[in-house]
Amino acid sequence: MKRAVLGSLAASTAFAQQSALDAAGPNAYRIKLLGAVFLVLLGLIFLIVIALALIPLARRHRGIEQEPLEQRNQPSQLTERKLAGSVGAATVITVLILFGLVIISVVAGKTVSGPSNRANALVIEITGNQWWWAVRYANDDASRIAVTANELHIPVGRPVMIRGTSNDVIHSFWVPSLQGKRDLIPSHVTTDWIQADRPGRFRGQCAEFCGLQHAHMALWVVAEPAEQFEAWLTHQLQAAIPPSEPVKQRGQQVFLNSGCVLCHAIQGTTAAGQVGPDLTHFASRLTIAAGTLANNKGNLAGWIADPQNIKAGTHMATIPVKSEDVQPLLEYMETLQ
Amino acid sequence: MRLLAVGCCLIALAACQRERRDLRPSPTSLAVFGSAGRESELQPGGAQPDLNVTNPYQGSAAAIAEGQRLFSWYNCAGCHANGGGAIGPPLIKEEWTYGGEPANLFDTIVKGRPNGMPSWGGRIPEYQIWQIVAFVRSLNNKEPKSATPARNDTIQQDPGALLPKSGGGVTK
Repeated sequence: MKRAVLGSLAASTAFAQQSALDAAGPNAYRIKLLGAVFLVLLGLIFLIVIALALIPLARRHRGIEQEPLEQRNQPSQLTERKLAGSVGAATVITVLILFGLVIISVVAGKTVSGPSNRANALVIEITGNQWWWAVRYANDDASRIAVTANELHIPVGRPVMIRGTSNDVIHSFWVPSLQGKRDLIPSHVTTDWIQADRPGRFRGQCAEFCGLQHAHMALWVVAEPAEQFEAWLTHQLQAAIPPSEPVKQRGQQVFLNSGCVLCHAIQGTTAAGQVGPDLTHFASRLTIAAGTLANNKGNLAGWIADPQNIKAGTHMATIPVKSEDVQPLLEYMETLQ
Repeated sequence: MRLLAVGCCLIALAACQRERRDLRPSPTSLAVFGSAGRESELQPGGAQPDLNVTNPYQGSAAAIAEGQRLFSWYNCAGCHANGGGAIGPPLIKEEWTYGGEPANLFDTIVKGRPNGMPSWGGRIPEYQIWQIVAFVRSLNNKEPKSATPARNDTIQQDPGALLPKSGGGVTK
């Protein structure tokens, strides 16, 4: 029992992981290493400076009259030369260290902005929106373009090129375990490279203040073995399966006959709205409302009934759903695997 | 023989069913549709009185901004462009075919209009329709200056340059 509790606790913390210290990709390792070098070196210098400041305090006081501060009592030439020597040496060392840090920063920045090998890279287009992420798996073959939202699946060990832009204001794509931040700018495409070296779920977060719900603009990156990823991608390419049970068919009718269709698309139905997240495989995602809530029926009911209560300012419209239609709608949404 | 003829006539007469006249209309058909649905400016009884319906978002800058977003999200711009009109009539206009009061615009959006304006009733929730109404009226300087942006993203309306009554658009 205790082990089960501990296990689930460990699993939940692993699920909630969002830390640059928990590096899972080559670029994240480089950033972490750079951070470590800065921390150790500057920490060391800090300790030395503090030590040098403390030593004179600890030394026995020789009395002010022995070395008065008046102008006429010039220090001896030897003392002058010693002083000039130590100040000069300290300046040289400081300048060298600063230049060294600048050089390793620039080198690290250059390295993380590109992959080690560009061949075989997967291209994912990410568009920032207030306040969610549109995700599109680019492909030369139009029938292989998959569209999803707020969740990336990537194959382990394969470099992934992120082509980012924004539909409204500046956002910033940041998955700390995989890479540094990259701004998503309206009418401009920025590129970024991520790669995961081990399977896992990594949380990402908008890192540029983008309005009321900036804090609730998260996404999940799911890194999985290549076969599993291919299976996922192939599944995402499929249209939604029409429901067979009457109650779910009713739910689909509710969806298609309401305002939902103005913003959301479900491939395989007449719903073709392009301004909200694509819902074709909605039920297969981990979260709803861009990482705000776990994806389950109860949360979805609350989200549909009163989105402003969960995410004040969200552009998700409050669409009135008749009480007898709520359950069928929720059951239909659950079929969108 | 005569008896037979009379009998046939009686039988034929019995086959006739007189139409029933409902002198009193059923309560469900008593509704009088608002004047907003007119397609003609001519109407019995002279000019229509002012409508009492007001936009709850009148004068709200936030609602006008939301309306502007929805105007593009729901693809109003697809036909009306940014208010200047394209395959749909311009929205920057002194005289509106179906009335320019908030209630008229609300009706136009909900019910749709002939020659292409879709009916958005049952799709867009009421509060968003009022936001769109506020934005559309702001294009015509019908919203207070305090609520409208000093410099618009798209078309800027100059009060001296309102289109003439009959100008612009496919549908008058």
